[in-house]
Amino acid sequence: MDFAIFLVQCLNAVQYGLLLFLVASGLTLIFGILGVINLAHGSFYMIGAYLAYALAPWVGAHLGGGFFTALAIGLMLSVAFGYLLEWGFVSYLYERDHLQQVLMTYGLILVFEELRSILVGDDVHGVAPPAWLAGSVPLGHVMTYPVYRLFMSGVCVAVALGLYAIIARTRLGMAIRAGATNREMAQSLGVDIRLLYRIVFAAGVTLAVFAGMIAAPVSSVYPGMGNQVLIISFVVVVIGGIGSIRGALLASLLVGFADTFGKVFIPQTAGILVYVLMAAILLWRPEGLFRTG
Amino acid sequence: MTVRRNALARVTLAAALCVVAVGAGAQSRIRIGFMLPYTGTYAALGTAIENGFRLYVQEKGGKLGGRELEYFKVDDESEPSKAVDNINKLIKRDNVDVVVGTVHSGVVMAMAKVAKDTNTLLVIPNAGARAVTGPMCAPNIFRSSFSNWQPGYAMGKVAGERGAKKVATITWKYAAGNESVEGFKDGLKASGGEVVKELTLPFPNVEFQALLTEIAATKPDAVYAFFAGGGAVKFVKDYAAAGLNKTIPLYGPGFLTDGTLEAQGAAAQGMLTTLHYADGLDLPKDKAFRADYSKTYKTNPDVYAVQGYDAAQMLDAGFTAVKGDVARRKELVAAIESAHIDSPRGTFTLSKSHDPVQDIYLRKVIGNENRVEGVAVKALADPSPGCRM
Repeated sequence: MDFAIFLVQCLNAVQYGLLLFLVASGLTLIFGILGVINLAHGSFYMIGAYLAYALAPWVGAHLGGGFFTALAIGLMLSVAFGYLLEWGFVSYLYERDHLQQVLMTYGLILVFEELRSILVGDDVHGVAPPAWLAGSVPLGHVMTYPVYRLFMSGVCVAVALGLYAIIARTRLGMAIRAGATNREMAQSLGVDIRLLYRIVFAAGVTLAVFAGMIAAPVSSVYPGMGNQVLIISFVVVVIGGIGSIRGALLASLLVGFADTFGKVFIPQTAGILVYVLMAAILLWRPEGLFRTG
Repeated sequence: MTVRRNALARVTLAAALCVVAVGAGAQSRIRIGFMLPYTGTYAALGTAIENGFRLYVQEKGGKLGGRELEYFKVDDESEPSKAVDNINKLIKRDNVDVVVGTVHSGVVMAMAKVAKDTNTLLVIPNAGARAVTGPMCAPNIFRSSFSNWQPGYAMGKVAGERGAKKVATITWKYAAGNESVEGFKDGLKASGGEVVKELTLPFPNVEFQALLTEIAATKPDAVYAFFAGGGAVKFVKDYAAAGLNKTIPLYGPGFLTDGTLEAQGAAAQGMLTTLHYADGLDLPKDKAFRADYSKTYKTNPDVYAVQGYDAAQMLDAGFTAVKGDVARRKELVAAIESAHIDSPRGTFTLSKSHDPVQDIYLRKVIGNENRVEGVAVKALADPSPGCRM
């Protein structure tokens, strides 16, 4: 492998890792702060991708088109959706054990998959990226790299920085951290925990939907796309330490590198390499890289 | 109380009448069991196969071999772990004479085992797993579709003829992918090329970027890819986005571009693939079939509908030879073995291992169609290694 190819592979790894982070960040928020094992997180990702597919023609007809208009509408819908879901279902899960959480959120997966099948069907669909991002840039004379993938990486970095700023630097972030550490104490100090949890859950859902919408032009839109993402996201959350945004970012990049170079150097074991990495890290640090709360 | 008893009596009577009716009918009807996916990712394929089958029966006035049919259905959910239970429902509970199924290769392996053990007639209308007509082949097992090896071999032959000497292959690491690549290697060898790099990734992983970079670094003359569904869409688009399609032609079996062209869009235009069916075949049989199918079901037929239609034709050939007496199994099997099936894809016969011996078409993606370019290999038969009958 010459140096140019190596650099391109590094770019592939970082780019894949950042996309993983976008999905996993919502999962680690919900898992770490609300203590809810949310198996339906992959479904939110899928819903996002299908929203990008379904909204594009509607936005084109009524609002004159635009990928970002569709994105904005999708985000508003997902905030409302997450808020209602927390109110109707998830808020009953905080005091219950993990088995009941798993059952409820697994049930949600089945409902969402079936609804998807009824509403949109089982075909594979493509989503067009915005025209000004549709091109490619040459990478040396090896190959070209789609501009949209680079744009995606930029968005992921921006989201990572934004999340960090909110959690570490704002009053809301302080309340969230307090709520995660000690629910009762935070409540007695005047933090409205119910509202706070609802906001966090809605934010988690929105992050997953956002990831799905952003990824749709690259990944296409197809049945079962959420399940695959769910498993790898849990790996990221466990490696990074439950509830830690910083950990999720580092873990995503680690998984990105392990997956990319695993496929290239030891293709026979590419399927399990990520899990070997997880096992090794858990042996070394059973709580994950950064444990919060 | 009397009212209730009355009602109960009526229900009992009705039930008894039903049993009599079913019993009387069953004597003169051949019992056909469909074991197909009616839910899940492959639901559309299962429906198309059944539609195709019923269309042929309808053309024959509702009869095969002069006997009326009775249908039994089981949804296999494309779930290998439930396959044995599901096929036993048809064989033991419903007492079917024939099982028609299925799409998923993993499910069909379990079905073939049970069919072989119970000596039940089985017609496979899609799943291309080679083992079923290879080491597991049996007199009572037939296939109306293809073996994974066939389109691969044809593409290999064409790639070599078009001057590809060094080729890279890429597929998911599972049976269908491996078998397809195996066929491609055999075909490429026959026309003077060789595979220099075999890339695989775990099923159903769709993160191709690392392997695309590998392809760019290897600089082969061509690439052969086996993917289906969402993976096929993403691979073809990623390949184009990486700019590789400008310098390295991408070949594949028909599944790479079948039913996915709307989603693949511009990325797939001009691609060459091989399959036993294509758009724009200039065959009277195909034109009639397409017209009838779209009239009956208000939708266009696909390759799966053709395979279902031909499953019914193969059974008809067998049933007709024994005048509907399915107990005369030996003659029935011999009749199917020697039949010339007038398929919408073109006439085909069956190999010793009971796979279709068929023309594989070279197709080119133009708009939303896989237009036929010509015949890649005439009357291609899978050598079916390991089959002893």
